[in-house]
Amino acid sequence: MAPVTLKKLVKSYGNVDVVHGIDLEVKDREFIALVGPSGCGKSTTLRMIAGLEDISGGVVEIGGRPVNDLPPRARNISMVFQSYALYPHMTVRENMGFSLKIGKVAQSEIDTRVNEAAAILDLDKYMDRRPSQLSGGQRQRVAMGRAIVRKPDVFLFDEPLSNLDAKLRTQVRTEIKRLHARVQATMIYVTHDQVEAMTLSDRIVIMRDGHIEQVGTPEEVFKRPATRFVAGFIGSPPMNLNEATIADGKLVFAGGQTLPLPIEFRSRVSAGDRVIFGLRPDDMYPTGHGLNSGEATDVHEMELPVSITEPLGNETLLFVTMAEREWVSRMLNPRPMDAGEVVRFSFDLSQAHLFSPETGKTLRS
Amino acid sequence: MKLPKLSAPTLLLLPAIIVLAAVIVLPLLFSLYSSFTPFRLTKPESIWVFIGFRNYVSVLTNYEFWTAFGRTVVLLTIALNAEMFLGLGLAMLVNKATRGQRILRTLMMFPMMFSPVLVGFQFKFLFNDNIGFVNNALQSLGVTTSAIPWLIDGNLALFSIIVAEVWSSTSVFAILILAGLLAMPQEPVEAARVDGCTPWQTFRYVTWPYLMPFAFIAMTIRSLDVARAYDIVKIMTDGGPAKRTELLWTLVGRTAYSDARMGLANAMAYIAILLSILFTVYFFRKLAAARQQIGAEW
Ligand SMILES: Nc1ncnc2c1ncn2[C@@H]1O[C@H](COP(=O)(O)OP(=O)(O)O)[C@@H](O)[C@H]1O
Ligand SMILES: [Mg+2]
Repeated sequence: MAPVTLKKLVKSYGNVDVVHGIDLEVKDREFIALVGPSGCGKSTTLRMIAGLEDISGGVVEIGGRPVNDLPPRARNISMVFQSYALYPHMTVRENMGFSLKIGKVAQSEIDTRVNEAAAILDLDKYMDRRPSQLSGGQRQRVAMGRAIVRKPDVFLFDEPLSNLDAKLRTQVRTEIKRLHARVQATMIYVTHDQVEAMTLSDRIVIMRDGHIEQVGTPEEVFKRPATRFVAGFIGSPPMNLNEATIADGKLVFAGGQTLPLPIEFRSRVSAGDRVIFGLRPDDMYPTGHGLNSGEATDVHEMELPVSITEPLGNETLLFVTMAEREWVSRMLNPRPMDAGEVVRFSFDLSQAHLFSPETGKTLRS
Repeated sequence: MKLPKLSAPTLLLLPAIIVLAAVIVLPLLFSLYSSFTPFRLTKPESIWVFIGFRNYVSVLTNYEFWTAFGRTVVLLTIALNAEMFLGLGLAMLVNKATRGQRILRTLMMFPMMFSPVLVGFQFKFLFNDNIGFVNNALQSLGVTTSAIPWLIDGNLALFSIIVAEVWSSTSVFAILILAGLLAMPQEPVEAARVDGCTPWQTFRYVTWPYLMPFAFIAMTIRSLDVARAYDIVKIMTDGGPAKRTELLWTLVGRTAYSDARMGLANAMAYIAILLSILFTVYFFRKLAAARQQIGAEW
């Protein structure tokens, strides 16, 4: 049983705080992703959990026990590093068995566990090679094997896929997911790639500048982003976010263009308020080419000229200029379309978001 | 008369080739040749007498030569090991320093800036049995009551020479090992800590294998140095007392100049060079193996 709890965790270098007192509860056997732009403090947080970085303030608990003063070796964790961090002078077999050898596990047991991990990761053929004789993907798998072999309470991953090419990345992503189902351990996974975070994790922690912006399931953070930052960070292509002013049941954008105020928000704003209006590309689509065409309840239609089209096969991204800004629309079951063509768009306002421009927080309850 | 036509590159290189030949190749050939003669500085005409391998035979059967040879190997082994341990410790300390690293690195190089002759005089003074700093300090601190004959007792004299050598050259190891430490990736060390290693195990299994090639480079450089040790010994003890600190090159020097037997001395020198070559080959092998071990890309 190894839940991981962070209480008011702070990290400062000199007098610069890079992690500002974050609270987080990771349940036993949960897969949680820390995601955020580069430099937001994800690695630092992970390394404090690992014990590789001193904790400036607050508490890290693993399995209900504070571990602030324990060295990494006493925390029963495994870590997979971005650069793999394999021991260059050891063979694959020695790399994988090293922690057990240090832990004085019997050689027969080491062999069993290493072979088992090698079989899972398809490394049998490379066991006597050194890391320098392996490809990037193979090194990555050795790093994972080294983590598995220890049977730790908690797995920590720091951007383990970012040195792989795109194809390999999706492949290893699936392997990690399978691994989690299999080893039944708590996993904390750091990435800057929201797709990785969404596809892998039970819950996502979105970080920004050393703060947590939102914690939630992939669906929650996608459907109900707590802040404007989360709204813009999660989802691809990103949500259309534009400033508007409330007037008379309407949203007035720059240039005077208007949209009806979404029903959900009518009682939450008053005339004269400035807001940030957010709508995902999936929720503004050429009429008849949307995800839930027909069943949406709060739809507004408008004709707009298309400036650029990006066909992707099963869908096409349309770039539309409205209210002096470029908006992105996703057209499902696409039909051929020329740039410059004027198209009738449906705006599914039941899926719209409003954020406060000052605090960035959602105006939904 | 017609000169043979030389191509432009050959012609242009000719001055350099001639200078090199005059400065390096000719003296070498001359000394090699003289090792096959009974050449004495006092009898210049003896250079023309060819005696084949007689000098080599007499060197190889000479007890004094083998004693000096053995002593040189002993000095080399002790000094190099001491320098490696001290250099390693020094490098790790400097590497840990959070501030003032540049200053420390410069300070570390200090002994290397001293000429060996100066180092010799300095330690000759330090170890002097009457007025030397070491004895005065020991007596003032009450460690001993009588003066210790540092440079007079044979074993102590060799020890004193080793101390001087170590003092002047530990920085070679320290600097090369520090370079290794600075170039070393931190992730494997962190991985080892997570994998359950104590600080000592991390050093033993991860850091040290990485530093080994650097230590072997230092070993190679220093083994050549110490195998040719001359100046410090010459100043501190001049091979004495009673030839108890005689090393290969002080013996060569003495044979060549004091005894004026140049031919014999040259034969000794060529045998002594074999020792250096042997050490170089040995350490280079070790270096290559260690480099391959860590999958070094240099
Ligand atoms: N040793 C250090 N000294 C000072 N600042 C640091 C140090 N290490 C990291 N930082 C800063 O801490 C912040 C968070 O870094 P990090 O946790 O690595 O971000 P990321 O989310 O990309 O993993 C960054 O702004 C970085 O500049
Ligand atoms: Mg990072």
